[in-house]
This record gives sequence, C-alpha cells and structure tokens, in this order.
Amino acid sequence: MSEGIHPIASLLAAVARGITGVQVQWAGCQPDVKQRIYFANHTSHLDFVVLWSALPAEIRALTRPVAAKDYWEETPLRRYLTEKVFKAVLVDRGAAARGKNHEETHFVGRHLMDDLADALGKKYSLILFPEGTRGDGKELGPFRAGIYHLAMRRPDVELVPAYLENLNRILPKGEIFMVPMLSLLTFGKPIQVEPGEEKDAFLERAREAVGSLRRIGPA
Amino acid sequence: MMLQAFHDTKLIWLFGGVLFLLVVSSTVGNILKSRRKSDSSRATIDNLNARIRAWWKMCLIFGFSLLVGRTGSLLLFGVISFLAMREYMTLVPTRRGDHRTLFWSFFVIMPLQYYLIGIQWYGLFAIMIPVMAFVFVPTSIALSGDTEHFLERAAKIQFGIMICAYCLSHAPALLLLKIPGFEGHDARLLLYLVIVDQMSDVLQYVWGKLIGRHKIAWRVSPNKTWEGFVGGVLTATALGAALWWATPFTPLQSAGLSFTICILGFCGGLVMSAIKRDIGIKDFGVVIEGHGGILDRIDSLCFAAPIFFHLVRYFFVP
Repeated sequence: MSEGIHPIASLLAAVARGITGVQVQWAGCQPDVKQRIYFANHTSHLDFVVLWSALPAEIRALTRPVAAKDYWEETPLRRYLTEKVFKAVLVDRGAAARGKNHEETHFVGRHLMDDLADALGKKYSLILFPEGTRGDGKELGPFRAGIYHLAMRRPDVELVPAYLENLNRILPKGEIFMVPMLSLLTFGKPIQVEPGEEKDAFLERAREAVGSLRRIGPA
Repeated sequence: MMLQAFHDTKLIWLFGGVLFLLVVSSTVGNILKSRRKSDSSRATIDNLNARIRAWWKMCLIFGFSLLVGRTGSLLLFGVISFLAMREYMTLVPTRRGDHRTLFWSFFVIMPLQYYLIGIQWYGLFAIMIPVMAFVFVPTSIALSGDTEHFLERAAKIQFGIMICAYCLSHAPALLLLKIPGFEGHDARLLLYLVIVDQMSDVLQYVWGKLIGRHKIAWRVSPNKTWEGFVGGVLTATALGAALWWATPFTPLQSAGLSFTICILGFCGGLVMSAIKRDIGIKDFGVVIEGHGGILDRIDSLCFAAPIFFHLVRYFFVP
C-alpha cells in the first residue's frame, strides 16, 4: 500500500468538515499515532469521512476505514473511493454467519480476522462501525462480534469509542442531498477486553461506551 | 461601486465613531481586568472582555463589507442568514421526512431571497417567502409521506425561514430604497440600523448589570430587567437621534425611528429567548460550542429590520 493521503481524500474531508461544521471533542483520550481501532455509531455515509477528517494529518495518513464489501464494490465509483482514495479494508459482512456449519463459520470468521489483523499491521489504525449498517440515529443497533475477535487477536491495539451526532440529519440513509446542519463528534476513553470477559458482555460494554458519549440526546 | 464608501465622509464618521467606541470599551475592559478582586466579578469581566473582542471582529467584517459596496453587504447578510438558519434548524427537531424541504430552504429559498435584492425586484422579494415558500413548505413535507407532527414541522420550518432569511434580509434591502436627496448614501442607513439596534442590546445589558432589579419576564429571560430595558431603550434612542446627520431624517424623526428599532429589538430578543426555553437551551451557541450563537446576536435585528425597512419605505420613498 502506498504511503500518504490521496488528494481526493483530503478534499472530501475538507468538504465534509465544512458542510457538517463538526465540533470535535476528545473527552476520553488525546489524538495519538499509536495503533488504535476507532469504533463509532453509524447513521450516514458521512460518518467515516467526518471521523477521519477529525484526526490530525499524521494520524490520518495511518488510519484506514473498514467497509462492507457487498456495498462498496457495487459500482466503479464506490470501488474507486474505497480502494484508491481511502484505502479501505473491505470485509464480507455476515459471511461468517452464513456458514453452513460451525466449522465453516469458524473458518470464514478466522479468515476475516486475518484480513483485519493484516490491515492493522505494525503501524496502521482502523475505523470500524460495529453496528455493521447505518441506523436511523435514534438508537444504537447491536454490535457485531468482529470487534471482539479483533481485540482478542490484537490486545496491544487501543479501542477508542466515538459518537457522531446529527450526521443522519445531514445525509440520511437513502438520500443524496445534504442539509448543512451542525454536528458533534466525541471521542471517549479507550476500552479493552477484560480478562475472562465473555464476548456478549464485552460487545454490550463497547456499545454502552459509544452510547454514553451522546451529547444532545435524541431529536 | 467598489470603494465608493471612501468618498462618503459621513459614513466614515459614523464608522469611525463605532471604532472609537470600541477603543474606549477595550480600554475600560482592560482597566477593569487589572482591578478585579473577587472571583464572581472576574467571571463577569472576562465575559465582558470576550464580548468586546467579538465586537471588534464583527465590526471589522461589517466595515469591510460596506467598503465593498452593495454586493459585499448582500453577501455578508446572506452568510449570516445561512449560519443563523443552520443553528436554528440544528436545534429545532426535524424528521427524516423534512429532509428535502430543508435542502430547498437552505439552497434555493434563502439564496433566492438575497438574489432578488441583488436584482432589485422588490415585488417578488416582499412575497416570495411569506406567500410562495408558505405554500411550498407544507406541500413538500406532505409529499414526503410522513404526517407525524405535520403541522408542527411545517410551522417550525416556515418560522425558521421567516426569521433567518426573510426578516434579516430586510437589513441589506435598505440599499434598495431610493430616498430623494439620499442617493448613493444607502450604506449609511444600513449602518445606522445596525448601530442603533446593537447599541440598544448592549446598553440594555449594561444598564441591567448596573441598576437592574425588577425582572420583566423571569421565566423567559432572567437577565431582562425593567431598569435595563428603560435605560437601554432611552439611551439608544438618544444615540440614534444624535446620529440624524448621517440619515435622511430630522432629529425628531430619527428619535422616533430609533425608539421603534429599540422596542422591536427587545421584542425579537424576548421571542428568541422563549424559543430557546421551549427547545431547552440557554444560548443557540452553547450546545454547539465554538459556533457562537449567531442567532443570539441577530435576534433583535430580525424583528427591527423589516419594520424599519417598511417605515422608511412608506414615509420617505415617494
């Protein structure tokens, strides 16, 4: 993978910041180049770009999004954006769940974790939306298990929760026109899988870590 | 048009007066800062100095736009309208079904309102939002198919467009008025309106801080007192009357118009406070820090501008 930030990525980030007027608050940690997985709520196509644009440039160059393969490989434009511009890690969402039996599920899931662990490498950070799909902004959906497995695989990487507010009102799912409302982004305190913690307990805790960062409340 | 303002001596005097006032306030602010004793007075004085700094910025931007001429003023007020509407629509609950309507409000209705001033089409400027947008907004929401809280949503969006785009646009629309014997000096009229309106706000704040005791509408706005109101309105009216030389008015007419601006400014502030209480916030700028409450600053102007415009148009434009 080539180093540096694609000029179109910088342009899109600047436009996204202008339209969303995003106010960034590092409530639970400070920006850092150390390896991290930023995980946030997902309500809009703007989520990734806004979160990414909020990071200082040197961190941005080392931070890649995790995106759904089925959606982002559908059209040439989407492919170009994910592959060339943002250097996204594409994952086949739900592939593990589609496995015919336990072994196949296990195999597919393991393969997926290999991809993500490779993408992290020795210096990269990832941006991940554990709900797996865009919600309506009212309530957080259940978190998928990927973040747990990845955290188990790479305990050295910090898990930073983040909450993006109002982006669903700026560019909701299924809409192409943007309305320039103001938005908020809050980074919380890093979490980790506690010794002996079960998968479901961790996922629920991770979900609460994101939800607790909400500042305005449901509209 | 460009830099015509430089040749208008009275405009320079008017603006010079504003800068002089700012220099005096900054000096007083610094003296107070060096003398402050208790922690509570420190907070008030820091707040005062922050306000003065904000005033410097606002005045320099406004002054620059007046220098550029009519297009500059239109652009400046267009941007203010945009930012104000952004604050308003962010904080007023809207639903998914309002999305397209909001898009039209931001990117078609509001720019069109300013464009109509630019091409000096008074007839359409006056009716576009209260008549056409009024029909368009509920229709467009109805077309979204979401009827939940329909009336509320239509009303809130229409109100926002009226306040942030329609009402405010009457300030730069003063540049349209052709007052006999006052041609080419219309920038002064705009500056006059803004000075009296904003000084009324400032003086009501100052009088209220100095001698304010009796609350006017405690639930709506705890900082508004009768003493502040009377003191502020009277001194700002006197100031407006004293600026008659820069306007097409006699001193007495100028006093009457200034008094009207002050009263309406007060009404605007009161109404916007009531809206803020309704939404459950203190300042439009507080929830979204750093985007410092443009709407809080211009609430008085939104009510004063359209009435001032029509009074001047009725009595002074043949």
